[in-house]
Amino acid sequence: MPEILNPKPKIVAFFCKWCSSKAADIAGVSRMEYPPNFIPIMTPCSGRVEPEFIFDAFAEGADGVLVAGCHLGECHYVVGNYKTLKRMILVKKLAKEMGIEEERIRVEWIATAEAKKLVTVTNDMVNKLKHLPPCSSKLKGVTQEEKTND
Amino acid sequence: MPSPENKKPKKRIGVFVCHCGKNIAETVDVERVAKTIKEEYPDVVFSTDNHYLCSEPGQKEIQDAIRGKNLESFICACCSPSMHEATFRSLAEKSGLNPYQVEIANIREQCSWVHSDIKEGTEKAIKIVGTKVEKVAENESLTPISVDVNKDCLVIGGGITGIQAALDLADAGYKVTIVERAPYIGGHMAQLSVTFPTLDCSQCILSPKTSAVAHHKNIELITTAEVVNVSGFVGNFSVDIKKTPRYVDSDLCNICGECEKACPVIVPSEYDGGIGPRKAIYLPFAQAVPSTYVLDADNCLGIHPLVCSKCKDVCEQNAINYDMQPEIITRTFGVIIVATGYDLYNINKIPEYAFGPDVDVIDGLQFERMLYVGGPTNGKVLRPSDHKKPETVVFVQCVGSRDPEHHMAYCSKICCTYTGKHAMLMKKKDPNAEVYVFYIDIRAAGRGYEEFIQRAQEMGVVYIRGKPSKIFRDGDKTKLWVANTLTGERLEVEADLVVLAPAIVPSKGTKELANVLKASLDEYGFYKESHMKLRPVESYIQGILIAGVALSPKDIPESVAQGSAAASKAMTILAKPKLEHEPIVATVNSEVCVGCKVCQGLCPYDALSFDNENNVSVVNEVLCEGCGTCVSACPTGALSLKNYSTDQLEKMIKAALRTETT
Repeated sequence: MPEILNPKPKIVAFFCKWCSSKAADIAGVSRMEYPPNFIPIMTPCSGRVEPEFIFDAFAEGADGVLVAGCHLGECHYVVGNYKTLKRMILVKKLAKEMGIEEERIRVEWIATAEAKKLVTVTNDMVNKLKHLPPCSSKLKGVTQEEKTND
Repeated sequence: MPSPENKKPKKRIGVFVCHCGKNIAETVDVERVAKTIKEEYPDVVFSTDNHYLCSEPGQKEIQDAIRGKNLESFICACCSPSMHEATFRSLAEKSGLNPYQVEIANIREQCSWVHSDIKEGTEKAIKIVGTKVEKVAENESLTPISVDVNKDCLVIGGGITGIQAALDLADAGYKVTIVERAPYIGGHMAQLSVTFPTLDCSQCILSPKTSAVAHHKNIELITTAEVVNVSGFVGNFSVDIKKTPRYVDSDLCNICGECEKACPVIVPSEYDGGIGPRKAIYLPFAQAVPSTYVLDADNCLGIHPLVCSKCKDVCEQNAINYDMQPEIITRTFGVIIVATGYDLYNINKIPEYAFGPDVDVIDGLQFERMLYVGGPTNGKVLRPSDHKKPETVVFVQCVGSRDPEHHMAYCSKICCTYTGKHAMLMKKKDPNAEVYVFYIDIRAAGRGYEEFIQRAQEMGVVYIRGKPSKIFRDGDKTKLWVANTLTGERLEVEADLVVLAPAIVPSKGTKELANVLKASLDEYGFYKESHMKLRPVESYIQGILIAGVALSPKDIPESVAQGSAAASKAMTILAKPKLEHEPIVATVNSEVCVGCKVCQGLCPYDALSFDNENNVSVVNEVLCEGCGTCVSACPTGALSLKNYSTDQLEKMIKAALRTETT
């Protein structure tokens, strides 16, 4: 068993209003249980999630970010999630350059009916992040360096 | 961390945390949530918990606090916004606050119900409420955007679906314009002999409707015309209609028929599926609406009057005018209903079925025309090759349907039942004829349809499960090779006449029209509805409705029902004095916009345009649906989404990750 380095990873979950947030509601109605590490932030569409928000979250001490939207082809706003997909590919690349592990950024398409998928995804994400050190410990160096440069 | 003492509130926010009986209170310490939020956020001037916020006493407590504490906005930490957001927004309005100054913090479905540890549940609830405090602090007061509604409706397509929609709307008092590409209305239904399962004469049930269209004071009919351009938005569509000339003045033509007799040109009739003739000047069929002749310029010799002007010479009414020109008619409509119907799959794409090379292989619509008493064979079934009565007639279903490898993957839905009808009518015309139906499965769902197929079988129609692998001419006969998939036998059947049931495909020009309308199509080219179950006749574009086979194959009753459904949906828009549009829309700060055009092309609703003069992007608030996809792309921060600004969301992220100071 790999060592647990971060027992309580902090995760920001961006849920779109139409699919993933509804799935989260249904998970509640069905009394499914998932880890409380996720703080939901609802946006109209996953397309409203700016790439900067992901880095803001890490800068504020998040250990992981989940971006969840409707399935491709089923976006309430026709194509918003395709834009999200493209942006998140870029975000992951940039994050990698900064030393942020791939597991910390997760993009999932979760339909209203897929409460179970939400539970699986959240459990899986928390389990993975428990075995990574807190993200803030990594970024501290970066921010301090910036400060000395100033 | 700022302490509440040294910071004056920017906005006076109230927070109400609901116990929801034990639903929330069991896993969230609601009192602690209320207390902590007030301590942590200086803008929160009042915070309390309540057993049931949605109850009358709960709502009264909120109302009293709004007045007593001078609240400018408030948060209800309770169940999902889909439950009570509307309740609390209307409460806000009643209490003199703008409804957009209310936010719901979902601490039930997304917190108490999915967690069991009270400490963790409480911590999470505080964070969720915290994000909403940050959001509401910056929420703008908004009012729904009001738009004028043009009360006229455009129906594209004059088949039974479009006719039904137009009549419903016209009867309700709305002005309707029908644009039809053909020279007559009625669509494919006008070509049918009888309809299943009642065997009603198709023309007899259709013609009262077409004639009602012709005489309705609220309906304007534009035939031989197509929609070539659409701009604008719900309530205000500007539409360009291109009308091809008829070369016959419909007001003057008295359908005497002298021109047709004089015309020397004979071509296959489209209305008769090509198995009958027509002249270059013709009346499509006796009951045609509009009831007037039409000149087919592609085949007419006389568009050059020096070559031939026989029809013009005999027309006593002087109704024929070779100099008519195509015209563009521009009109404004509040709503557009698309009912463009279908075509049959091009069977030439299935060369193994010899459709074309063997004239005794025909399609279902051609067979319909043969069965029709007023049709080219006067209702007799005859072999096209020698005009003899066929002794063996074979029907083949799923020609191009349910064949994902080569043709169309979907089921065309109506072919099982209409083939049953054809086979039954064949048996009625000639009880001694041998009638076979080759099928994959029988799918006769619908009231009375299954019984209808059984009746065909009782009449002696032989159903054999198997799809022919090859159809070919052998001397005087047409042969079919087929494997009976129930017995495993290989069969060779000799037929005098073979009738194919081709797949139903979107009508020609659907793609071009969809581009003009900016409506979405599915993988097969049918229109896509905005929700398959709950918005079956609405497109993604507000104010554009789709009905009938343009969406997917259907029978007549379903098409009629969808025509009525679209009309009723249209009325929900047209009946309003003004349209209200959700005010959560994108905005452009033109001081900040540098005209980089990154946002252009991102909007699926065409709400973003570019002002070349001032070099800035412009949002049409009425078209904007408020997804914020363009906002996320703006590199300068000139674009913003109302009440979901970048500043708000960044503060919400901060709140979500905040650690308690106490």
